[in-house]
Amino acid sequence: MTNTIAEVKKPILSLKDLSIAYDKNYAVKNVSVEIKKNTVTAIMGPSGCGKSTLLRALNRMHELYENISTEGEAFLNGNNIYDMSPIKLRRHMGMVFQRPNPFPTMSIYDNVIAGYKLNGIRTKKKERDEIVERSLRDVALWDEVKDSLFKKGTFLSGGQQQRLCIARALAFSPEVILMDEPTSALDPVATSKVEDLLVKLKENYTIVLVTHNMSQAARISDYSLFMYLGELVEYGKTKNMFTNPIDPRTEEYLTGKFG
Amino acid sequence: MKSTFAWKDHTSRRLLKDKAVLVGVVVLSLITISPIVLIISKLVAEGYQQISLDFLIKNTPDTFEAMTAVANGEKIPGGIANGIVGTLLMVTLASAIAIPIGVLTGIYLYENQGKFMANLTRNISDILQGVPSIVLGLISYLWVVKHITNGFSALAGSVSLAIMMLPMIVRSTEETLKMIPQTLKEAALALGVPYHKVILKVLVPTGFSGLSTGILLGISRILGETAPLLLTALGSSIINLDITQPTSAVPLLIWEFYNDPNMIGLIWSSSLLLMAIVLILNIVSKQIAGKRN
Repeated sequence: MTNTIAEVKKPILSLKDLSIAYDKNYAVKNVSVEIKKNTVTAIMGPSGCGKSTLLRALNRMHELYENISTEGEAFLNGNNIYDMSPIKLRRHMGMVFQRPNPFPTMSIYDNVIAGYKLNGIRTKKKERDEIVERSLRDVALWDEVKDSLFKKGTFLSGGQQQRLCIARALAFSPEVILMDEPTSALDPVATSKVEDLLVKLKENYTIVLVTHNMSQAARISDYSLFMYLGELVEYGKTKNMFTNPIDPRTEEYLTGKFG
Repeated sequence: MKSTFAWKDHTSRRLLKDKAVLVGVVVLSLITISPIVLIISKLVAEGYQQISLDFLIKNTPDTFEAMTAVANGEKIPGGIANGIVGTLLMVTLASAIAIPIGVLTGIYLYENQGKFMANLTRNISDILQGVPSIVLGLISYLWVVKHITNGFSALAGSVSLAIMMLPMIVRSTEETLKMIPQTLKEAALALGVPYHKVILKVLVPTGFSGLSTGILLGISRILGETAPLLLTALGSSIINLDITQPTSAVPLLIWEFYNDPNMIGLIWSSSLLLMAIVLILNIVSKQIAGKRN
């Protein structure tokens, strides 16, 4: 392994001078980053540093809110994200939120297949069954729920619900999965299950993970971004960043001086 | 000099105050619930004799039949089927008009919080709620009776009832949607679901119990409306299913019975029936709302 970041060739995601403002107050300032395919990339930083804001810009979630404006460019496989239709983009970029949010009116089965159902994509029953089983197996939930597939998703425990939400994102076979502190509402056992899952998932997907938890980033991510006050302070291999941070601010954060 | 036991006196005074307040609360609560208890007991006591299958499936008797029965000390023959069918017809039609418009307006208000047009719409809808029902009857008379059906009609009655229901549905839709967590909407959008489908397939089903509570309360509100119907549906002594023709309704019949000394006996039973339906709708909507929480 080399110590440089230059080895990111043909990145799946590349951000160029991305800035995001809430009513003219910049929360993310000129971030340029290239993210490698089939890796787990962690975005770290203290509260309010803009890490969730940056993540949510990638699937254009900010467009829901009128006071948020985005400048700069971002590319998915070379295609400008902001030129694509947001609907199409989001089908390539799944998202998992901080708190598990299964659709309360739907069964476990329907929650997994929700992407197809809500989009009105016709599938044969056999196909649907396969997608549901595959997605639930991917998140190691199949054995726990296979006998209660038609119960409401909200009856599951918090950790199971979060894995259900990951399965829902996987069902569509996206290229990138954006995760916004996916374990912050989970207990340690559920957290470790989700973490194991992420390491396994990177074989087929690219994962961008916002985390508050430095040891989580150290455990599971290949690359890390350290953000502070909206700026990208440091980006590199997680291993290197934790052992030999370049920027003094990164070092101070990692050693617990602030954050 | 103060006695060291002075605080003891305060305690007993406080306990006394406590009791007085408790008694006050109980008495006031009793006063609050007494009208409904008195109304229901009076309706049951006076009305139950007339309630029978005939009462539900036969049309209103004419004055002469009723007079003969009263003179012979018998039960008044006939029933209020024309009123029941008319009420069902007009309430259904009013709901068919008001529910889609109200729900869509509610969604519009929810989606455009703080915007000028939405605020204007919300305020106008609130004002509409305060418009006296007789005025709505007059408006519907002008619009529908005069220009569409060229005569008193169920349609005219339904339009006035629909306008009455509208603000309640608008408000309850908006309030219900506001209670659904934003993350659910984001979850659906993050799956690449188009906006209209997020609303129709995720938000509306999730808020279904809230929406149906609002709609049921709206229905129970218009069930007993009399004033606008006097000017629009007029009434009918037979069952009418043609929406362009004059139609009866239970509250209209109660008004007619009140004006006919021979029919007084039917007032109580009709009121009992109306009250029972309204009560059931209220209980059902409370059940649905309770289930959600």
